[in-house]
This record gives sequence, C-alpha cells and structure tokens, in this order.
Amino acid sequence: MQTKSTHSFEGAGLSCIRDDRVLFEQLAFELLSGQVLLLEGKNGSGKTSLLRILCGFREPDAGAIRWCGDAIKDSSFYAQMAYVGHLDGIKKELTVLENLKMSLALNSPGRYSIDQALSKVHLSGYDDVLVQALSAGQKRRLSLARLLITENVLWILDEPFTSLDRQGIALIETLMIEHCANGGMIVLTSHHDIALHNVDVLTINLS
Amino acid sequence: MSLSRAFFAVIRRDLVLALRRRSEIANPLLFFILVITLFPLGIGAQPHLLQAIAPGIIWVSALLAAMLSLDSLFRSDFDDGSIEQILLSPHPTTVLVLAKIIAHWLVTGLPLLIVAPLLAVFLGMPNHALGILLLTLLLGTPVLSLIGAIGVALTVGLRRGGMILSLLVLPLYVPVLIFAGNAVQMASGGLPVDAQINILISILLMALVLAPLPVAAALKMSIN
Repeated sequence: MQTKSTHSFEGAGLSCIRDDRVLFEQLAFELLSGQVLLLEGKNGSGKTSLLRILCGFREPDAGAIRWCGDAIKDSSFYAQMAYVGHLDGIKKELTVLENLKMSLALNSPGRYSIDQALSKVHLSGYDDVLVQALSAGQKRRLSLARLLITENVLWILDEPFTSLDRQGIALIETLMIEHCANGGMIVLTSHHDIALHNVDVLTINLS
Repeated sequence: MSLSRAFFAVIRRDLVLALRRRSEIANPLLFFILVITLFPLGIGAQPHLLQAIAPGIIWVSALLAAMLSLDSLFRSDFDDGSIEQILLSPHPTTVLVLAKIIAHWLVTGLPLLIVAPLLAVFLGMPNHALGILLLTLLLGTPVLSLIGAIGVALTVGLRRGGMILSLLVLPLYVPVLIFAGNAVQMASGGLPVDAQINILISILLMALVLAPLPVAAALKMSIN
C-alpha cells in the first residue's frame, strides 16, 4: 500500500542545449505529493527533452534534479517512478498478460494486481491477446496499466492522451486524480486541455 | 522485487520472443550450415586440404554467423522503447543486459554447438578432435555474444550502424578466433591443447565480468 508520506521532486537551474539551440535555461520547479506539473509549449520547444532529462536518460546541460532532497542517482528515485513515453515499451509479439508480468518483474508490485489494473483500463478479457492485435488506443491504455501495477509515486507521462478516444481520456484523468489523492505526483506534457478537479496543477510554458 | 526474478524474467521473455519470430534463430544457423557445406564443393576432391582447414572453416563461419545475429540483440527493444523501461528499472542495468546477452546466446550460439559435430564429420575432421571443437565453441561463442553486445549497444541508435558494427567488433573477435582455431588444429594432430583452452576460459570469464558494464553505459548513451 502506498503511504501518504510526502515526497518532493525538484529541478533547479535546468537548461538544455540541443544542436547549439537553447531549448530552455534556468528552469526551476518544485513538485510535492498530490501535485501535477503540466508542461506546455509548441512542437520542438523541448517538452520531451525535459521529460527525458527528468527521467535521467539525458544529463541537463546545467542545473540539478533532486528527489526528496537527494540527487536522483543517489536516491530511491528509480524505485518510485514510472515513465510512459512516445514509445510504449510494449512487445507486440507478447500477450497483454506477458507484457504486464514483465513490467512487474522489473519493478516492485504496486497498488493493483494485474487483473484489477486491466479492468481499470477496460482491457479485461484481453489477457491472452497478442498486443499486435490491439488497436492504438488499447495499446496506450495497456502501457498506462503499467503505472497501476508497479509501485510508484511519480508518473512521468509524455503525451498520455495520444490516440485515446474521449472515454479513454476521461478514464486516464480519473486515474490521475486518484493517483494524486493517494499522495502521488505526475509530470506530463499534453496538447489536450486536461480537466483535473481538486488537483493542484502547476504549469510551465516552455515556448 | 528480487533481482534474480527480474534476471530470469528477462531471459524468459527473450526466449519466448525468439520462439515467436523463428527466422531470428534460423537465419544465423542456416548461414553457418550453408557456408560449411559449400566449402567442400568449392575446394573439390582434396580431402586432405579440407581436413587441414576444417577448424578454420568452422570457426570463421561461427564467427560470421554470430556477427549476423548481433543486430537482433537490442534492435527491437530499442525500436519499441523496452530498453527505456529496462534502464528505468531499479535493478542494476548491467545484470539485466547480461540476462539479455545470455538469452541471445541460447538462441543463436547454442544451436551452432548442436550442429557443429555433424558438419565437422562432413569436413573430415578426426573424431578425437570433436570434443575439443565443441569445447572451444562452448567457451568461444558466449564471448562473441558478450563482445558483440558492446558493439550493438554503441551502434543501435545509428540508422545504418551495420558497417561500423563489423569494424568495431571484428578486431575484438580475432583473439577468440586465433586461440579456438589453433586449439582445434592441434587437437586434430593429437597434440595437447590445455594452454589454448585455459586462455579461452580466461577470455570468457573476463568478458562475462567486464562486458555488461560498457553495454549498459552505451545503451544509456544510445537512447538519447
């Protein structure tokens, strides 16, 4: 069970330079349990680069990222975060169940069992279906189901609403509200207007 | 959350994946068999010549078959983002990549071992050398997978990395080729081969311990 203890995720003086172009500099934020950080900006403004820096895939050209006060490499950051990016990290030759079991083996078990998570994202009954037979929206819901079965506090989501229909978007919003109510925190980019009631949403505009 | 569970889950997943796309196993193996069966046809009726170069033929074919299969090691994981999830796992990346390399060897290296005795007989290699041939393949092919993994991890992010991969990896394969080929040659002549086998064992142990570190680092670099 997730405890209500507070976590903090902060970035200070972050900057990113790609191909001699400054995407952003002196960017700072502080995110506490229950809060959402929404990154806005036009295409190419560095939203995805920032997310990848926050995941630790890329070193920031300046600045530091801290998880509960410690540098992310020296903290429990990787045991407490989950990332869903442009690439969904799902094997199309494996079944829905095999994919989720793999995610579970790589991380610690979280709040929901695989069955519960599948019914939450409206994929129950698809356990033994090969992922290549799923639609784009179903695949996206499957990659988001990974957030529910593994133990995590911080969700880092890159355009989570891509290829989801209106119902799907509402579903993910509900899950996000629930996650925040349980003391979780979310960093996301989105082109859609998101409706998160009773959640403290911080916004950074990169353009 | 146990490391051994994650380790075996990765191996299991890669074996299931290999079973579902069989061409990946079949390709290097077929290449190995084809090259070796073509040699006697090309050389003609000179059984002594064939017998003399048999160790070299088998080892060069094994080496090229291993090179051919390398790209599949990380390619699909890189394309669908599974590598990102592996890197974000709280478990050490080196251990998880080692699991991937072991699975890759089970799929591409082990089948070579199984068909090699048959092909050796086909080339006229003396029976008493078969044991040593198998032993060198058992010790040498995992090294090919381990060293190859470093090259693949470095080039997986490039669009046309195939050429660079060969240039990077081939020179590092040479020691294995020399010692393994030499061991089989000596064994065919009835000479002791302890020294070569010991060197192969030490190369394998070193690769096993040292290769996963640069592989993990290179993968992290490649996903940017």
